[in-house]
Amino acid sequence: MTDELADRGVLSTADRRRGSVRASMTFVHGFLFVGLVVAGLGPLLWLAKAAVTPTQDTLSQPFALWPNGIDWANLETAWNDIHIDQYFLNTIWVAAGSWFFQLLIATTAGYALSVLRPKYAPILNALVLATLFIPAVVLLVPLYLTILNPPVIGTSLLNTYWAVWLPAAANAFNILLVKRFFDGLPREVFEAAKTDGAGPFRVFWSIVLPMSKPILGVVSVFAVIAAWKDFLWPLLVLPDPAVQPLSVRLPAVQSQTELDVFLAALAISTLIPVVLFLLFQRLFLRGAGLGGAVKG
Amino acid sequence: MTMTTDPEVAEAADDRPTAPRPVPEHRKRRRTPMTWLRGGGLSNLAFVAPMLVVFAVFSWGPIVQAVVMSFQRTNLVSPPVFVGIDNFVRVLSDPNLGTAVVNTLYFALLALLFGFPLPLLLAVMMSEVRRGKGLYSALAYLPVVIPPVVAVLLWKVFYNASPDGVFNTILGWVGIPPQPWLQSSATVMPSLVLEATWAAAGGAIIIYLAALIAVPPELYDAAEVDGAGIWRKIWHVTLPQLRGVLFIMLILQVIATSQVFLEPFLFTGGGPNNATLTILLLIYRYAFQNSLGGAYGEATALSLMLAIFLALLSWAYFKLTERWSTN
Repeated sequence: MTDELADRGVLSTADRRRGSVRASMTFVHGFLFVGLVVAGLGPLLWLAKAAVTPTQDTLSQPFALWPNGIDWANLETAWNDIHIDQYFLNTIWVAAGSWFFQLLIATTAGYALSVLRPKYAPILNALVLATLFIPAVVLLVPLYLTILNPPVIGTSLLNTYWAVWLPAAANAFNILLVKRFFDGLPREVFEAAKTDGAGPFRVFWSIVLPMSKPILGVVSVFAVIAAWKDFLWPLLVLPDPAVQPLSVRLPAVQSQTELDVFLAALAISTLIPVVLFLLFQRLFLRGAGLGGAVKG
Repeated sequence: MTMTTDPEVAEAADDRPTAPRPVPEHRKRRRTPMTWLRGGGLSNLAFVAPMLVVFAVFSWGPIVQAVVMSFQRTNLVSPPVFVGIDNFVRVLSDPNLGTAVVNTLYFALLALLFGFPLPLLLAVMMSEVRRGKGLYSALAYLPVVIPPVVAVLLWKVFYNASPDGVFNTILGWVGIPPQPWLQSSATVMPSLVLEATWAAAGGAIIIYLAALIAVPPELYDAAEVDGAGIWRKIWHVTLPQLRGVLFIMLILQVIATSQVFLEPFLFTGGGPNNATLTILLLIYRYAFQNSLGGAYGEATALSLMLAIFLALLSWAYFKLTERWSTN
C-alpha cells in the first residue's frame, strides 16, 4: 500500500474546511464505523456469544446476553464429541500440503520460465496461461475421474490428501505471479553467481528464493486461504469422514448436533483464520490488493 | 476451486518485454544431445518436470478429457461409448435446465444490483476519511476471512424463520413482521444473495481502495481549477479513472456468480421447489447425486456449454468495453 501517493483524494484541503463537508464527513465516519462494526464484527461477536449459550436461550432470545448463565461445556463437547480436534488436524494437513505443493510448483516453474528459459519455455508459458481461461467447473468431473483412476500409479487417490494437494498445485495464477516477480529480479546477480561457479540449483535456492520473500508470502496466503475455504472438491475426493477437513465435516454433522454445540464448533473453526488474519493483516490486505492490481 | 478467467492477465504477461539475454555460444552450433546436456538441458528439465507432470495430469489432461467425455457415455463400469451429441440433446431437453438457467440469471442479476455498487461506494467513502482507514479495511475484510462454509451455516441460523430468529428479531425492533427467508421461493434467492454479497464485499473493497490510491492527485487539482465540485470530481475524475478496474470486476463477478454453488447447496440444496436450483447444482446432481450412476457425459456437456457461453460473453464484453474505453 503506497500511502505517500494518497496525499489527497476527491476532497481538497479547501473542501475539508467547509462546514457542510465537515458535517458530512462526520456522518461518513459514523456510518462507516457503525456499518462496518455491525456487518464485519457483529456476526463474529454473536457467534462467540452463542457458542457459550444454551440452545434454548439462543433460540428464544438471540440477543440476550446469557439470561441463564454461560455454558462453557459447549466448547468442550464440540472439541471432544464431534471430534473437532480431529477435523481441525485434517484441515491443517490439507492446508499445509496444498501450501507446500503450490509453492514448490510455482517457484520451480517460475524459475524455469523466467530465469532458465529453455527453448520450449514460450510454449509452456502459453499452455499454463491458457488454463486461466477455463472455468473450474469444466474440470470437475474429468478431474474426479482422474483421481479415481490416475495414470501410471494404478491405484485410486480417493481418500488420500494427494487428491487435494496435487490438483491445487496445478495453479496457473500462482505461476504467473511468481514468474512476473522473478522477471523483475536483477539478472546481473544471477550472472555474477554463475561466474562464481554456482549451478542452477544453487542460484535458485540461495539467490532467487531469498530475494523473493514478498511474493512467496502472498502465494502462501493465497494457498492457505484457498485450502481452508475449499468445500466442493474435498467433499468429492475425501468421502471418508476420518480424513475430511472442517469445511466438509461441519455441514455433515449439523443435523445430528444440538444447536449450541454446533455453534461452538463453528466458533472454533472460525478462530484460527481470524487470528491468522489479525496477525498477518498487512500480508492479507496486500495480497487482496495485489490480486486486484493483476486483474486491473 | 477458484480460478480466474482473465484475458488481460494473459495479455499483460505475454507483452512483457523480456530482458535481453546474450545467446550462449553453444546454441549457435548444431544441437546434439551433448550440447543439450552441457547447455543445462538436464537441470532445466528438472525444474520444469514437477510443473509438467502436475499440469499434464491434473489440468491439461482433464480439460481435453472434458471435451471427449461430453460426446461419450461413461459410467466407469463398461468402456465409454461414443454417442455423438446425445448428451447435449439430453441436457437441453431436461425440463430442469430452464429452471436452473433462470435461477442462475436471477442470482447473478441480484448480486449485480446489490453487490456491485456497494463495495465501490464504501471504498470511495473509506478512501476519503483521514483516520481509521486501517481499522475500516480490517473490519470490511473480516467476513472474507471467515471460511465460506462456516459463514453459510451461521447465516442459516440467522435466517431462522421463527419470530425469534436472529434477523426476524432485528426486523421486529423496527416494526417489520417476520420474514420466511429461506423457506419461501419468493424470499429465498434474495436471502442467498444477501449472504453472498456480505461474504464477498470485503475483497472488492480492498481492490477498489488500491485503485483509488493510484488516481493521480493532479487530476483532482485540475478539476478544481475548472471549478468542479465534489460530486463532479467523483463523476468526471474518480469513476473514469476506475473504469478499467470496474470493467474487469464486473465481468469477473458475472463469471463467478454464474457458477454459484456453495450458497444454494448448503442453504437449501436447491429448494424450496427448485427455486434455488442453479446450473452448477444441476451439474453436481447429474454427476454425483444420480441414483442411476453418474451421468458424467451430461455433466461435462453442460459444464462445457456453460464455459463456452462465458467465453463468448467475456469476448463480447471486452470488444464492447474496448470501444467505450477508446472513444
